[in-house]
Amino acid sequence: MTRILAKRQLAPEIFLLEVEAPRIQKRWKPGMFIIIRPTDQSERIPLTIVDSSAARQSITMVIQAIGKTTREAVELPVDGALADLVGPLGEAATMTTGKKVVCMAGGVGVAELLPVARAFHDAGNHVTALCGARSDNYRILEEELKAGVDRLEWATDDGTHGFHGNVVQLLKSIAGPGEFEEGHVIGPIPMMKAAAEATRDWGLKLHASLNPVMIDGTGMCGGCRVTVGGEVKFACVDGPEFDAHLVDFDELTRRNRAYREWEAKALERHACRIGLDVK
Amino acid sequence: MEEKKPKFKPNPKLPRQALPVLNAEVRATSASEVALGFTPEQVGIEAQRCLQCAKPTCVDACPLHIDIKRFIIRMVENDFQGAHDVISEQSPFPGVCGRVCQHELFCEDACIVAKKWEPVAIGSLERFAADHARMRMRELTAEEPAHPAGKKVALVGSGPASLIAAYDLARKNYRVTVFEALHRLGGVMIYGIPNFRLPREILKEEIARLRHLGVEFVTDFIVGKTATVEDLFEEGFEAVFIGTGAGLPYMMGIPGENLIGVYTANEFLTRINLMEAFEPEADTPVLVGERTIVVGGGNSAMDAARWGKRFGSETVVLYRRGREELKARLEEIEHAEEEGIVFHFLAAPVALHGDERGFVQEVECIRMELGEPDESGRRSPVPVPGSEFRIKAQTVVAAIGQAPNPTLQKATPQLRTKRGKIVIDEWGATSMAGVFAGGDVVRGGSTVILAMKDGRAAAAAIDRALNPQAEVAAEEVTQ
Ligand SMILES: Cc1cc2nc3c(=O)[nH]c(=O)nc-3n(C[C@H](O)[C@H](O)[C@H](O)COP(=O)(O)OP(=O)(O)OC[C@H]3O[C@@H](n4cnc5c(N)ncnc54)[C@H](O)[C@@H]3O)c2cc1C
Ligand SMILES: Cc1cc2nc3c(=O)[nH]c(=O)nc-3n(C[C@H](O)[C@H](O)[C@H](O)COP(=O)(O)OP(=O)(O)OC[C@H]3O[C@@H](n4cnc5c(N)ncnc54)[C@H](O)[C@@H]3O)c2cc1C
Ligand code: SF4
Ligand code: SF4
Ligand code: FES
Repeated sequence: MTRILAKRQLAPEIFLLEVEAPRIQKRWKPGMFIIIRPTDQSERIPLTIVDSSAARQSITMVIQAIGKTTREAVELPVDGALADLVGPLGEAATMTTGKKVVCMAGGVGVAELLPVARAFHDAGNHVTALCGARSDNYRILEEELKAGVDRLEWATDDGTHGFHGNVVQLLKSIAGPGEFEEGHVIGPIPMMKAAAEATRDWGLKLHASLNPVMIDGTGMCGGCRVTVGGEVKFACVDGPEFDAHLVDFDELTRRNRAYREWEAKALERHACRIGLDVK
Repeated sequence: MEEKKPKFKPNPKLPRQALPVLNAEVRATSASEVALGFTPEQVGIEAQRCLQCAKPTCVDACPLHIDIKRFIIRMVENDFQGAHDVISEQSPFPGVCGRVCQHELFCEDACIVAKKWEPVAIGSLERFAADHARMRMRELTAEEPAHPAGKKVALVGSGPASLIAAYDLARKNYRVTVFEALHRLGGVMIYGIPNFRLPREILKEEIARLRHLGVEFVTDFIVGKTATVEDLFEEGFEAVFIGTGAGLPYMMGIPGENLIGVYTANEFLTRINLMEAFEPEADTPVLVGERTIVVGGGNSAMDAARWGKRFGSETVVLYRRGREELKARLEEIEHAEEEGIVFHFLAAPVALHGDERGFVQEVECIRMELGEPDESGRRSPVPVPGSEFRIKAQTVVAAIGQAPNPTLQKATPQLRTKRGKIVIDEWGATSMAGVFAGGDVVRGGSTVILAMKDGRAAAAAIDRALNPQAEVAAEEVTQ
């Protein structure tokens, strides 16, 4: 059991959860993730480690409640507990030093980006963060990002804040080939794919943090497999970060849709049980 | 120990009793246990078939050296509790071993009766003793657990290798902690072997015996990630046993293997066993279409195929060699056949074809011939050119073997390995001081009983390393 120390809503559907995890707090590095089961009937789901506190012996994650398990997680009360939490999993994000770095994220990915962008900055890079949100009220962790990077730009789909459009359009509007030497992208698959396409000839090394469906997260099932440069990789142990220009995003898109119907049904059952409207 | 002469007349000529099983049609649609266990009458007959040999070869052949002869005589006397006590001297897992041990390769293979007739059904007798004792075991484990006060030993992984080591060490007063990566205990016995072969309650209850001895279990803890081996020593553990198993699945390496509906046996079985996808209300899904093709011929292949059948799928096992070469337990092969699973021998997949949404639709196969025997003496399959054919399937399960779990090794580079397997000496010691290993992580995939054999050997080695005086004292006594 893992005790929940704090919970905060950051945006519609997006919650921050701070939990007690003394060992993970000590050992995690930006880019790593954990797997949780909110209740002892739940699925195992992966979540990125966003932050940690040595003083509170805790780690923080930011969850977008999109399906049954993520909803179960954000419905737990402070001082309640997650049934399971294991980690830190995966490899740390690739770091560099003394470079011009662009970090891009969309949606809840903005939270997942924060530790990586910060680490790039702390390692002596000049970091530009380009963050996307559906609308002004969906923007999250603005203060933390501002403090952690050299330049922060927002794009909103409806133009209610910053650039009107998506993150990749924003990228193209402010930069071109040669502008950045290294980059990191995390978020919805179409966005990561577009970022890879846009920068293919930019001479930019772009790392994408992938989010395939996972079960064990320890390299045991192969469910998280992705194709990178024609080779099959297990994202939970070989990744989750890979060379964005080599990832087969179309395959990842298809594989992540595999259980769509089932998930909709599970959510419906859950909503009925707790008397919620699915919409 | 002085043994009473048996008061009965052994009669090995009596027919070996067949293990009663659930009707094949019923079981092909349910998750209930297939084998039902002997009736008391059958136990009477079967136990009487034992010759009570002066030199019981069966005992030597059992890797745990269970005193088979002595537990059988208890059963002849209808003292099933006594039989269970005899087994417990060596093993706390008769319910597990009586069900999944490959006894045809061990105790039963060595049984003298087999020279003329069929061997005594030792496995099924062991199972009966376990099932009979379950009620009492439950009462026992409800009592206050023991509090060992000796040195601290860490066991990594909760598969059979670690579990038997925990039993042996806890009985010697060591403070034992088992660290398990997953959220449930048992290793392959929980995520790989299906409920219909090994009911979860049996496994849980036998693990509860260890808790009762004071063994601590920590789930959700990956050694190499959550903490390193070095951290464990720093935290006061004086020896570490690595029983992390061989859980890394091999991929087929053919086009289309990332199509939706294509699983490794590990993923397919984990979804169903560990995450209980067979339950209608389960959150973790598994896709089982009208036809399932399972590639491989080992225990994983049989288990995946039999689950496929239980999901109502027409199931085909595709194996590149012949029936004689199947590596699964004989009983499981026979049960699979009874359940209507179709076997295509001497055939292997070469490509998988899907629809535009990425769901698998067809398996392209090629026929095989058995060629010359290789170094291991096994005739290796050779593809027959131009013999390609296609089978429709919406689910494909690759059960073609596993390699050792690499996580701990990756974080512990000083640990000597060979092709991923941890290298040990004859006592189970690794290249790192105080670190021992055994089971599939050393063997690269074997059986429950051999993993237990390793765990037991390592526990003895750990005891010798941490408590050298005891050994000297023991030697003095025997001299
Ligand atoms: C390494 C990694 C790190 C992640 N970090 C975070 C994080 O920090 N915060 C966060 O909110 N989410 C994160 N995710 C995604 C998160 O794991 C999924 O949102 C979660 O598994 C959905 O579970 P559910 O039962 O709530 O929804 P489901 O009912 O399983 O799914 C609901 C919808 O989401 C889609 N979906 C399912 N799994 C994923 C996935 N892995 N990625 C994208 N879409 C998916 C489904 O197709 C479906 O349409 C991460 C995923 C990975 C692999
Ligand atoms: C589907 C299937 C069916 C089988 N059926 C039979 C059968 O009928 N009879 C038979 O005799 N054998 C059978 N086998 C083989 C048998 O199960 C194995 O040989 C045996 O379980 C090996 O035991 P082990 O203790 O070495 O490891 P495992 O049982 O593999 O257990 C290892 C455990 O360690 C955990 N772990 C791994 N890495 C770490 C880490 N870094 N930190 C913490 N924990 C970790 C894993 O999660 C796992 O729980 C079967 C195997 C499979 C796959
Ligand atoms: S553990 Fe296996 S080998 Fe030993 S007696 Fe039982 S069935 Fe036979
Ligand atoms: S070898 Fe066979 S007959 Fe002899 S004691 Fe063992 S089980 Fe009985
Ligand atoms: S999640 Fe199972 S191998 Fe990656």
